[in-house]
Amino acid sequence: MLYLYDGALEVPKILEDWYVQETKSNYGAYIPFVGTVREEDGIDGLSFDIYEPILESWFKAWQEKAQLQGAIIKMAHSRGNVMLHESSYIAAVFSPKRRVALEFIDAFVEDFKASAPIWKYDLKGGERIYALTRSTPIQGSGILGEQK
Amino acid sequence: MVRVEFLGPIQKAPLELEITNLSELADILQKESELSEWLENSAVAVNDMLVGTLDVVLKDGDKVSLLPPVCGG
Repeated sequence: MLYLYDGALEVPKILEDWYVQETKSNYGAYIPFVGTVREEDGIDGLSFDIYEPILESWFKAWQEKAQLQGAIIKMAHSRGNVMLHESSYIAAVFSPKRRVALEFIDAFVEDFKASAPIWKYDLKGGERIYALTRSTPIQGSGILGEQK
Repeated sequence: MVRVEFLGPIQKAPLELEITNLSELADILQKESELSEWLENSAVAVNDMLVGTLDVVLKDGDKVSLLPPVCGG
């Protein structure tokens, strides 16, 4: 399941909700990853734009990959502003065995960083500045550019 | 008409263009100097499906989206 929220995530509640949702599902492992906004370069926080249609299809493809291994994946992400020491991202894998979940969460989060259509901005001195140098072009980018 | 949307940090209003393929779109957008950097680093989706080539036919009502570099989390 994919969950999008306006502003910071309520981490304890989401982790608990997900735990409760799968209590009787007979998974042996629940491995969450929580992303928290750190104090760095004088930022006040981060801000996010999301393009939901492509995020949903990207996530669905990962759900199908998880299903092939008997696992499920859940993800929560913020829209808009998230301030220092708040959290904007949670991903979690449930699987029968821990090895599958540990490997899956690593691959999922790496691809999330490289492919999910989400744009990050630094909040600094009242401005919202696109974090270009920390961003990654999606695979296949540049086809409309000069090098045809 | 084909609608062209510029997502995330590309500060540009959507366009409605009479075009029949992505090569025509590339020719039009390359004339806009403020877009040159975005054209080099953005991915392209047609009707919300990412495409990897300009060899894509467009028809009336299609939507083309430009997706600049991403950084979720």
